[in-house]
Amino acid sequence: MTNLEIPLPVTTIGGYLGSGKTTLVNHLLRNANGLHLAVLVNEFGELAIDEDLIEVKSDDIISIAGGCICCSFGNDLTSALIDLGKMTPRPDHIVIESSGVSIPGAIVNTLSLLEGFQSNGIVVLADADSVMANANDKYVGDTITRQLADAEILILNKLDLVGVTERTGLENWLLEMAPGAVLIPAKHCQVTPDAVLGGVLSPGKGSPGNHADELFDSIVLEPVVGVNVENLARELASGPYGVVRAKGFVADHDGKRKLLHIVANRWHVSDVSNDVASAIICLGFRGQLDKKALGKCLGSTIPG
Amino acid sequence: MSITVYSAKKIITINPGKPTATHVAVRDGRILGVGTLGDLEPWGEYRLDETFADKIIMPGLIEGHAHTMEGTLWRYVYCGYFDRVDPDGKTWDGLKTIDAVIARLKEADEKLSDPDAPLPGWQLDPIYMNNERVSRHQLDQVSSTRPIGILHASGHIMNVNSRALELAGLLKTGINHPGIPLGEDGLPTGELKSPEVMTPVGPHVGFDRAMTDADERGLRDFAKLCVRTGVTTITDLASRLTDESVAMMLRVTGEDNFPACIVPLRFFMGQTPKELVENVSALKKQSTERLRLGRIKVVADGSIQGFSARLRWPGYHNGAPNGLWYVTPEQISEIFNLALEAGIQVHIHTNGDQATELVLDRLGPALQSQPNPDHRFTLQHCQLADSAQFRRMRNQGMCVNLFANHHFYWGDEHYRLTVGPERAERMNACRTALDNDVPMAIHSDAPVTPLGPLFTAWCAVNRITASGRVQGESEKINVDEALRAITIGAAYTLHMDDEVGSIEVGKRADFAILGDDPTQVGVDGLKDIEVWGTVQGGRIFSKADL
Repeated sequence: MTNLEIPLPVTTIGGYLGSGKTTLVNHLLRNANGLHLAVLVNEFGELAIDEDLIEVKSDDIISIAGGCICCSFGNDLTSALIDLGKMTPRPDHIVIESSGVSIPGAIVNTLSLLEGFQSNGIVVLADADSVMANANDKYVGDTITRQLADAEILILNKLDLVGVTERTGLENWLLEMAPGAVLIPAKHCQVTPDAVLGGVLSPGKGSPGNHADELFDSIVLEPVVGVNVENLARELASGPYGVVRAKGFVADHDGKRKLLHIVANRWHVSDVSNDVASAIICLGFRGQLDKKALGKCLGSTIPG
Repeated sequence: MSITVYSAKKIITINPGKPTATHVAVRDGRILGVGTLGDLEPWGEYRLDETFADKIIMPGLIEGHAHTMEGTLWRYVYCGYFDRVDPDGKTWDGLKTIDAVIARLKEADEKLSDPDAPLPGWQLDPIYMNNERVSRHQLDQVSSTRPIGILHASGHIMNVNSRALELAGLLKTGINHPGIPLGEDGLPTGELKSPEVMTPVGPHVGFDRAMTDADERGLRDFAKLCVRTGVTTITDLASRLTDESVAMMLRVTGEDNFPACIVPLRFFMGQTPKELVENVSALKKQSTERLRLGRIKVVADGSIQGFSARLRWPGYHNGAPNGLWYVTPEQISEIFNLALEAGIQVHIHTNGDQATELVLDRLGPALQSQPNPDHRFTLQHCQLADSAQFRRMRNQGMCVNLFANHHFYWGDEHYRLTVGPERAERMNACRTALDNDVPMAIHSDAPVTPLGPLFTAWCAVNRITASGRVQGESEKINVDEALRAITIGAAYTLHMDDEVGSIEVGKRADFAILGDDPTQVGVDGLKDIEVWGTVQGGRIFSKADL
């Protein structure tokens, strides 16, 4: 099967300096699990990519073990994306590590203008120890609150640095700052890559269905053929199923193949021309992902 | 070693020790002496050159904030509102209506034989045309086969035709982007309102990705503009300075007849602060007589008329949200520390007063850890600074380069819309800068506004806006002060006041040759002074011979 007809998914990682963006990128690269990630960074800082992951390094591209790459884009993200889209073999997924003062929503706006790309979510990192103080800084405070407001997935990182009481207050405040975002608690950016990137459904690329860890649970469902995909997507994003992310191919009522994509309470459906098996992978917090209700909603039984 | 003595109707030296003279002696491209012929005769045998006997000689003018890309832009169709002179000396009439813009584009279209070739234009500014927006349909009247793109004067907006949108894959419904207004048909109107939305279209309409850099011909054409405006030293204030562009600039500026000294500043982009400072330190060693490398440019915020500048309370007059940071405060500190340690100068673009405040906040601690009493870090534009900020600049040893031309071109817009009357009147506060002893230059930011330091001086002296109002009477400076700003003042901001900026012994023989005396024509006449040409490093460049 070729992936060429599917828009290239792009995950945008935002957050202020020190919130853990680089750590998260390295974590994703280390756990790419066969997925060919292309990471775009502003510039190669001294600690951009962990040394042990680097195979070859040139001025603006780093090759990483497992078929991933990392490119620097300077201030011209659009050109870098266009170049990546033309690359053969095409990467499976693009991750943009935005600068500490970038507004991630603006990056996604730009992305929407480029043929062949699809935003796969805005992931914003917040440093538990400093995000509140930074959000009150007279210079960068409004930049940080804008970043938080754009979040679809909000990773509250460095939780080892705060106490329980402080954490509760922080979580409540963050959910006010980022209405609609799913908040994932983390230490050292240890978050399951699927929560950041969404599930992998391409055969041979990773293993769908096995995404369980302490925090997350997942399920792969085979929806019945002939549903209204937009309605289904809206239902999964807004209904009481505990879905943090979902992604899948579904045949709609006209028999057309659609790609469905959900992150937090936002959803997107696009046409795909290739013939892939219907399947949706749903990811949610363990204990909150309602597998039974999902099965009912999708009109399918839980495989296995 | 032969000595040439030039006679002049008057030499304005900008040296308070000997403000005026009648003769200047030059040897080896440097000034041997200035005074009367009698003062100079003891130096020995000389040749008297009377080419300038009826002219006024000033120090070669120095433009501290311009971009060499203007040289390249002149190969595109000029669509500006004001009359403007091209490198070959032709005056292009300003276009007062959209119809006139379309007519000029049609003329250019007819000269192109390939029906698919792109047609780029530049310097459109609908502000002066009641803010009437240009649509793709209007540009389609010029051609439906070739992509057309017109860059606005601000550099941040472009209008394109349907073909250009089609080639970029943007002639479709369903676009949801603040930078792309849609028409009633749901399709883009053809206006692209930010750099990131211009990028996918730019290459289709003939604007290169690396358009902030001049190409080889562009650099030569830019130098012709320098001769026409009396400029002998000029910055290229946001250069990428790739290996190839440095090699090209070294070659072109090294040509025997290249008439100006170019000072490119490496733009902070795509590098870490550490790499930047290492890179610029290495570049500094490649400097030549006419290409001065080894300075850094950092852009802290955006533009005021684009509402992307960072303002302090109460923010924008029309309620627009505060602007954008282009670097983090931490990066500014890191660059300051490393650059101070390495002895590399940094110029920082701050348009809004909050951006200026941030730089002042960050320089203090950096200077405490890396003391460097003669750093001359320079705030560029610094348009909204108030008097307290100028006092902090003085205390921290900073220089300022104020955007006097901007006041003329966009002052009305700032008064009415962006910052309101009170702050619009104090914008580009030259008087406050000088009264607080902040070393000051004034600039054009060419190609944003036309290169021409005497016009820039006129702007700072008169503070007249495009509509003819005086805006900020109390910030006017006098003619002598303005002339210093465009010579020794600008030289100081580049650490070059030891070699250029005044006519005195030992300095490079760089002169602006003028038809009239700027100290005698009155404040109105400054902008109309005829420039004959220049002398650069003792070499004569007449604009008539370009």
